[in-house]
Amino acid sequence: MFWMALAMTLSGAVAQGTHVPPPQAVKPPVKHQLVEAKAPPLTDGIFPCTQCHNEKVNGKLNTTRRELQFHDDIQAEFHHDSENRWCLDCHDAKNRDVLHLTSGAPVTFTESYKLCGQCHGDKYRDWKRGVHGKRIGQWNGEKTYLLCVHCHNPHSPRFKPIKPLPPPIRPSEMKR
Amino acid sequence: MAISFLRGSARIIASGDRAYKIWVGALLTLIAVGLFAYSFQLRQGLIATNMRDQVSWAFYVGNFTFLVGIAAAAVMLVIPAYVYDWGPIKEVAILGELLAISAIIMCLLFVLVDMGRPDRFLHIMPMLGSPNFPVSIMAWDALVLNVYLAVNLTVVGHILFKGFYGKDYNKKIVIPLVLFSIPMAVSIHTVTAFLYNGMSSRPYWNSAILAPRFIASAFCSGPAVLLVLFQVLRKRTGLPIKDEAIQKVAELMAYTMFLNLFLLGAELFKEYYSATEHLLYTQYFWSGIGPHKALVPYAWGGLLATIIAFFIFLVPKWRRNMTLLNIGCGLIYFGVYIEKGMGLVMPGMTPDTLGEIYEYRPTFVEWGVTAGIYGIGFLVFTLLVKLAVPIMSGHFSAAHIDPVITAPDELEAEAH
Amino acid sequence: MNPMTTSNNSGGCGGSEAVDPGRRDVLKFLAVGATMATGAACDLEGFFRKSFRELSPADVRRMVTGWERKYSRKYGKAVTVSEAGPIDGVKFGYGLDLSRCVGCRRCVYACVEENNQSRKEPQIQWIRVLEMDKAHGIDINHSDIYYDAAEVPRPGKFYMPVQCQQCDDPPCVKTCPVGATWKEKDGIVVIDYDWCIGCRCCMSACPYGARHFNWAEPSLPAQEMNPKTHVLGNRPRPKGVVEKCTFCIQRTREGQYPACVEICPVGARKFGNLLDPESEIRQAMDNKRVFILKEELATHPSFFYFYAT
Repeated sequence: MFWMALAMTLSGAVAQGTHVPPPQAVKPPVKHQLVEAKAPPLTDGIFPCTQCHNEKVNGKLNTTRRELQFHDDIQAEFHHDSENRWCLDCHDAKNRDVLHLTSGAPVTFTESYKLCGQCHGDKYRDWKRGVHGKRIGQWNGEKTYLLCVHCHNPHSPRFKPIKPLPPPIRPSEMKR
Repeated sequence: MAISFLRGSARIIASGDRAYKIWVGALLTLIAVGLFAYSFQLRQGLIATNMRDQVSWAFYVGNFTFLVGIAAAAVMLVIPAYVYDWGPIKEVAILGELLAISAIIMCLLFVLVDMGRPDRFLHIMPMLGSPNFPVSIMAWDALVLNVYLAVNLTVVGHILFKGFYGKDYNKKIVIPLVLFSIPMAVSIHTVTAFLYNGMSSRPYWNSAILAPRFIASAFCSGPAVLLVLFQVLRKRTGLPIKDEAIQKVAELMAYTMFLNLFLLGAELFKEYYSATEHLLYTQYFWSGIGPHKALVPYAWGGLLATIIAFFIFLVPKWRRNMTLLNIGCGLIYFGVYIEKGMGLVMPGMTPDTLGEIYEYRPTFVEWGVTAGIYGIGFLVFTLLVKLAVPIMSGHFSAAHIDPVITAPDELEAEAH
Repeated sequence: MNPMTTSNNSGGCGGSEAVDPGRRDVLKFLAVGATMATGAACDLEGFFRKSFRELSPADVRRMVTGWERKYSRKYGKAVTVSEAGPIDGVKFGYGLDLSRCVGCRRCVYACVEENNQSRKEPQIQWIRVLEMDKAHGIDINHSDIYYDAAEVPRPGKFYMPVQCQQCDDPPCVKTCPVGATWKEKDGIVVIDYDWCIGCRCCMSACPYGARHFNWAEPSLPAQEMNPKTHVLGNRPRPKGVVEKCTFCIQRTREGQYPACVEICPVGARKFGNLLDPESEIRQAMDNKRVFILKEELATHPSFFYFYAT
């Protein structure tokens, strides 16, 4: 209330002054405003995980490492230190709607970088600075950052080779 | 008087024996071919040539560079003639200047046909355009070439004009201009060399020795044209050109040929001995890179021609043999043409700045345009000489046109 | 009718050789020149205009409006031509992470689309991706830009894209005889396409092969044309002039990233204001070791290569 009153008083004072130029569009005061990307790339309909992962549907919690039935497609492509890790080293056993750090602290899917950053500290540091990863938008204003998982499949993070676009035409072939 | 001068000139130019008419006819044909080829190039764009981003300067610029050398070499005759007042050369010095004029016209035409936007030639003029002085060497080149042309036109115009009236040229005008044309001649070729050697992006050109090499090769090839021409004129018009003059020029050429070969040797030593990556360009020219060997025959052919010519000019007995001398002139002309054309521009750009090798060969359009420009140059030279010789020998003069008004002794009386 | 016509024994050449020989050739030359002047550029106002930097803001605006009209008509869409000047306190810098580039060439084609380059005859690409051997490191003279494979990166190879380095001491600017190219305050080296005479001195002078020439009338399909243009950037170019990367001047002066930065699927490209310590490019320089190409030529590029890993 107070701030509104102050603002109105000030604007009144300004309006009463002699020729004041109309306000001009200004860039946001924060030089680089990081804006979160669109939601993490979860498969349609898969979230919230707890719609299946609850005692009523799945029965008693079983945390032993084993071959899965439903997420077998993910397990088949799993290639992320598979010698030492499996699903529940990142996914929280008790609440599948979140991930967890080694301390047990929960991490939401929108902040999954914190989890990645535990092991990949230097990448995390570079990503925070914008040196690793990708940002789009305004170099001097609002930027949209991409999560790790927007580029790296967390279950098989290494980039696969892709087909390159065509090479340039050779100069000897460039004729009218 | 002006009209009768023009009428007389026209009569002289239009008359001649069969050989002359065939020569002029051939040149006109070449010019027609050139105009046709150029109109094709204008419509299509420079894609009608084989130049591409990787080799963006080629045949036209190579010819331009060679011809600047020819134009500069005219001064070789001028120095002894006017500065030392050496009679035997004086009568032929003017022919050197006529050659310079024709060569410069060809140079300017080669620059014009090489431009992507020739309609924008005004942009390089002072006042009307915005020439990038003083840092742009190309802007300087445009300036010095035009000034050199203007100086030569003035000197020649003045001498012929006075000659027409049977008078001696005015030393006060001619000597300063001629003296000025000496540094001008050296400068046009040095500035052209600087155009190349100022480019740090092209290690093959970025060599301090390039400017001296240009001067040396210019001075050993330019006079070659004149030596042949003197013999032609002597036989056909009876113009009194002494053997002494021809031999003196040939002797001077021998020294410059040696210098040319020495500088080439120095360049080759530096490249092959220190053997950095910059050797690639030299290697491309002399031995090719992998399967790319298009220039190698020209490299060795040109060198052989230059060496043989050197020995012909060096040994006095051989130099005095006119047949051998003429062969030598042809050989050195060919050798320097290779050295300045294919031996300079193409290796400088092959491989290109990102290591790509594109082997360039001129297209028919480029041959056509080049032939047309040489046709123009030779035609200008032919017609200027056709006019100058009768004036110099006194056969075409004001006295002949109207003895009453312009008797030589009356003009002499006026002069004193 | 012509007092200079001779009626003598010259045979077929009498009439045409009535003029003094030197003058006749000059006339021929002028005739060709006049044909070129009227044929190649039926644009007398263009023929006599001043160079871009000498124009007043009103003149620029008038020209820009003319171009907008012309391009809109030619390409059948509402084309805008911006004259946006450099932003104060900005000097652009570019970073390229060599440990990330996989040679997919998406940057090359994103650039072609964004900047209205000629698609074929000539095909102009402002970015060239060099493939080199990991075993030899950076060895430009043994690189290949024509690599074609089912998949990249190819084993044993790494990739280095090259485009205009926007040098602080540009050899191209130094050498241009008419001053058609210059470096702007925000660091971008620009070309006035209506002043360039097409002599290609700049192309010889550029150590990075960054400048490209319109060897023929550019082929730009109307439906692919990007209508948001800048007067010194991606507006459609005429035949016979030089062009090159402008750090997407039409985007970056509005605060956007260049097209190549946005399209790179592996995040290898970084762009920002060198004067801002928080910018990605400064972060890269502070935390990674950057290097430049051909540093012995002292061109001082604004384009920095680094290895993040």
